[in-house]
Amino acid sequence: MPQHAWTDDQPIVSIKDVHKSFGNLEVLKGISMDVMKGEVICIIGPSGSGKSTLIRCINALNDIQAGSIQVEGLEVNDKDLNKLELRKKVGMVFQQYNLFPHKTALENIMMAPIKVLKENPVEVEARARGLITKVRLEGKEGAYPGELSGGQQQRVAIARSLAMNPDIMLFDEVTAALDPETVKEVLVTIQDLAEDGMTCMLVTHEMGFAKEIADHIYFTDRGVIVEHGPPATFFDKAEDPRTREFLSQIL
Amino acid sequence: MDKKNIPGISSKPSAGFAVLKPFNAKPAGEPEDLLFSRWLASTPLWAWCLMVAIVIAWPLTSYASSTYSIGDAFQALWRWIPFIVTGGFLFNVIISFFAMLIGTVLGIILGLMQISPAIYIRLPAQIITQVFRNSPWLVLLFIVLLALPYEIEFGDTIIRIPDWVKAVFGLCLPIMANIAEVVRGAINSVPNGQWEAAESLAYTRQQTLWQIILPQCFKRMIPPWMNWYAILTMATPLCSLLGVEELITLSRQAIEAENNRPELLVPFYGFALLIFFAYCYPIARATIALERRFAVKL
Ligand SMILES: Nc1ncnc2c1ncn2[C@@H]1O[C@H](COP(=O)(O)OP(=O)(O)OP(=O)(O)O)[C@@H](O)[C@H]1O
Ligand SMILES: [Mg+2]
Repeated sequence: MPQHAWTDDQPIVSIKDVHKSFGNLEVLKGISMDVMKGEVICIIGPSGSGKSTLIRCINALNDIQAGSIQVEGLEVNDKDLNKLELRKKVGMVFQQYNLFPHKTALENIMMAPIKVLKENPVEVEARARGLITKVRLEGKEGAYPGELSGGQQQRVAIARSLAMNPDIMLFDEVTAALDPETVKEVLVTIQDLAEDGMTCMLVTHEMGFAKEIADHIYFTDRGVIVEHGPPATFFDKAEDPRTREFLSQIL
Repeated sequence: MDKKNIPGISSKPSAGFAVLKPFNAKPAGEPEDLLFSRWLASTPLWAWCLMVAIVIAWPLTSYASSTYSIGDAFQALWRWIPFIVTGGFLFNVIISFFAMLIGTVLGIILGLMQISPAIYIRLPAQIITQVFRNSPWLVLLFIVLLALPYEIEFGDTIIRIPDWVKAVFGLCLPIMANIAEVVRGAINSVPNGQWEAAESLAYTRQQTLWQIILPQCFKRMIPPWMNWYAILTMATPLCSLLGVEELITLSRQAIEAENNRPELLVPFYGFALLIFFAYCYPIARATIALERRFAVKL
């Protein structure tokens, strides 16, 4: 199959029966899901259920032992995978922001497009300033990550990923390390993105947010998807006892 | 792809037989990597006064009744100082400078090899590092001095290798290994999240290393690097055992020229001690000052 035969009407991310182990510990035991372009999906589940692992497999930060992950028709579980090609398509934001501490906010955003994609610095800077505005951080262009609050850093991290013009954004508990007051500013940023039509996959513990923003919710436990569905049915009519127990604890 | 394995965090702590595990002599917690500089930098003023006092007072006490007076002893030292310093200590500085230069370049290469994902690069680098870190410096000096040829032939020109050049090669080996550890330690001190963030932004491993990781830990390497320079300088008198002309060798020759008078031992070697301290003390102070500054900033 040619690699770029993908079209809009097919899933932009297609995960089929993925198995992933760390040594003897099997963390993902046959996960399957399809995500369409422009969809927002949320993955929820108890700690250690493999949410982060799953999301990291999508941009090949973790390798998988069996199954298939396709991103726009590009097979991720392939020895000859062109990682540059994959990572241009997929942006990722981490719980711990992971900004580059020796670079300013603006430089953090501009670095990868200039150094990796070899784009024109003048154009990249214009785009980066636009992104700073988009994540509502005007005036912080010259600030170093150490001088920014957690919420501000996380928004810079989102802008940094967006600067690569990805088609899909992965968020791994991006508000988990934040103060309750700053959680909102980050969620609003993600919501803006979703409304612009960005395909988003989020791991989150913010149930209210998930309910509002998600097109589809997946509940994972011990490496399998226990239950999934659109928010309305998922939250009100969960059938599996594990899901119900989890929801009763967290809501 | 799963790059770092942190026992106890990313994998279960391995429960094995304690006796079979490598013996870890480092105390728990922060490794003390600037021990020497910290000690030297904290030398109190009275220690300096005491050293000077001993150098001056020794000839007074020992042979007070003999015809050789303290004045004579210091006149002798005074006469010899230009010779000892320019012909001797200068070589200690030159040897330490070049050993540091070569050791640093090789050490950086070796340190980077140690974090290579390819085992056939990483493993030899680790072995080389451990061997040279844990060998007595004097033994390394002897081996290099005996192993290196006395002269090299380039076609019809014959180049003699002076002893001090051999000493440079001998001393750069342990420096190389220790700098390699400094480099490796600094790189490992950067959180794994930096690697992952760069990786997810399509950086290759090499790009990440040179553009993201090394710029962050470069500053962290400077204090331990200076610490090793001070240690190296203090170790250069070892070369005198091999007949390299440096401070101690020339001091001994000077004393011999003065008829081996025992009154001269302490002034001459005391002077040597002082000059080493005077050279290394500012380095140690600067090392500690820099370390404090970076500790605040990072
Ligand atoms: N690099 C690794 N090496 C070994 N085991 C790992 C590694 N990363 C994760 N694991 C294990 O895989 C399992 C799933 O981890 P994962 O981080 O995916 O969980 P999670 O659902 O994201 O949990 P949390 O909500 O706490 O973030 C855990 O048991 C964890 O210990
Ligand atoms: Mg997680």
